Amino acid sequence: MKPRIRDPFSASLAIASGLIVLLGYFLDTPLLMSIRQIFIQWSIILMAFALMIGVTNLAIVHWRKLTLGSIGAMYSAVILFSLIITIGVVGYFGPLSSFSNQIYSSVLLPIESSLMAILTVSMVYALARLLRRKFNLFSIIFLATVIIVLAGAVPLMGIEIPGLHGVEGLRSMMLRLPALAGVRGILLGVALGSVAAGLRVLLSSDRPYGG
Amino acid sequence: MVFFFLMSGIALYGNKRPLPPLRSINPFTKLGKSIGISVEAGKRIHLALGRGLITSVNAASSYIGLNVMQRIARVATVSDRPPVATSGDASLSLLSQDSLKSAYRSMGVQSQFNLSSGRLTGVTPFSYAVGAISVINDEESAIDVMLGNFGSEVVLIADASERNGNASLAGSDQLLAQAVLYASSEDTLIGEEMFAAGAYLKSGVLHRASLYAQDTMRWLIILGILIGVLLKLMGIL
Repeated sequence: MKPRIRDPFSASLAIASGLIVLLGYFLDTPLLMSIRQIFIQWSIILMAFALMIGVTNLAIVHWRKLTLGSIGAMYSAVILFSLIITIGVVGYFGPLSSFSNQIYSSVLLPIESSLMAILTVSMVYALARLLRRKFNLFSIIFLATVIIVLAGAVPLMGIEIPGLHGVEGLRSMMLRLPALAGVRGILLGVALGSVAAGLRVLLSSDRPYGG
Repeated sequence: MVFFFLMSGIALYGNKRPLPPLRSINPFTKLGKSIGISVEAGKRIHLALGRGLITSVNAASSYIGLNVMQRIARVATVSDRPPVATSGDASLSLLSQDSLKSAYRSMGVQSQFNLSSGRLTGVTPFSYAVGAISVINDEESAIDVMLGNFGSEVVLIADASERNGNASLAGSDQLLAQAVLYASSEDTLIGEEMFAAGAYLKSGVLHRASLYAQDTMRWLIILGILIGVLLKLMGIL
């Protein structure tokens, strides 16, 4: 691979920017603080432009699918039509107008609510298939925990089962001890992993900017 | 700072002497084999990078997804169907395009790179998931790698992957996503396993060094907790 002139430059720029922002958190100097603020403001502006580019890219992908008559071209037509209508309405009437709110409350909200309902069904279905897919001790513990926590969440037909419901019940005990310990253990691992990933980016070992 | 010096020290040691072997994590072993089969069969690899904002605390998981994507893309550029990355954040989709382009360039096939390989499929959790599902269904992917910041909506992507009979590997930094993925995905990475991806995909000595540094730090924290418990029991704390 032929190295480009901008490769070390972009890596140096990324490392320097990262270090300045990081130092701004540790050292309470006005200069570092103001540089950090400027960098954050720049990133917000860049992210707004990124959104415009992302939406344009999405429209191009679906336009290609539509013109080539690919599988799901009909859905691409719906997406493009919705995009044009939304941009037109929001652009003409403004983002806070009643027409723009109508698009949100009459189209987006019901669709997202329906997907939330599908999500519940998908989760139950996945749980039902769990033992068939992964029949091991951990899956049995997982399934048993889900059943105990769900059954203990509300009284069964108005009847509280002693030892399951209530503050001293099995559900409460499971949430207070093993679940909390597990959560803390996993979060600790995730936090250490995040620190390692951040340091690798700072040291330019990982280059998410593609340099 | 401790982490930084530990990682740098282990990396310097690793440059001179071989580091101890890594324990086997089954999903990574299976991923390597699945990628080989997929590339030979001319099937597509789909990488779902999630919705982690690069300016938020969730950026680390997105970086892991991007790193894995780069490693996979280097192998999969020879496939008839190039890999596709989907993301739920605009800046992440730009980074995915840049990373994919970099992978193509490193393999000397930059002319084959297409900007539609890195896509923004939606900006809300569900619109992102639905967009990713359409890639799985319509573009005949054979492997779905879901690594990044997801919420419970990831179960929809995992479900679509399973319905299509695809191989899948999934990991997230969110507890909720990890729980639903354990039930719905074939291979799930729990906790810090996702952050070890680079070391298992042979991304360099610093990745392995960071993994050993993580393990050392974890043992130090455990030791600290145990000492704290003992001091508390003795009535000193």
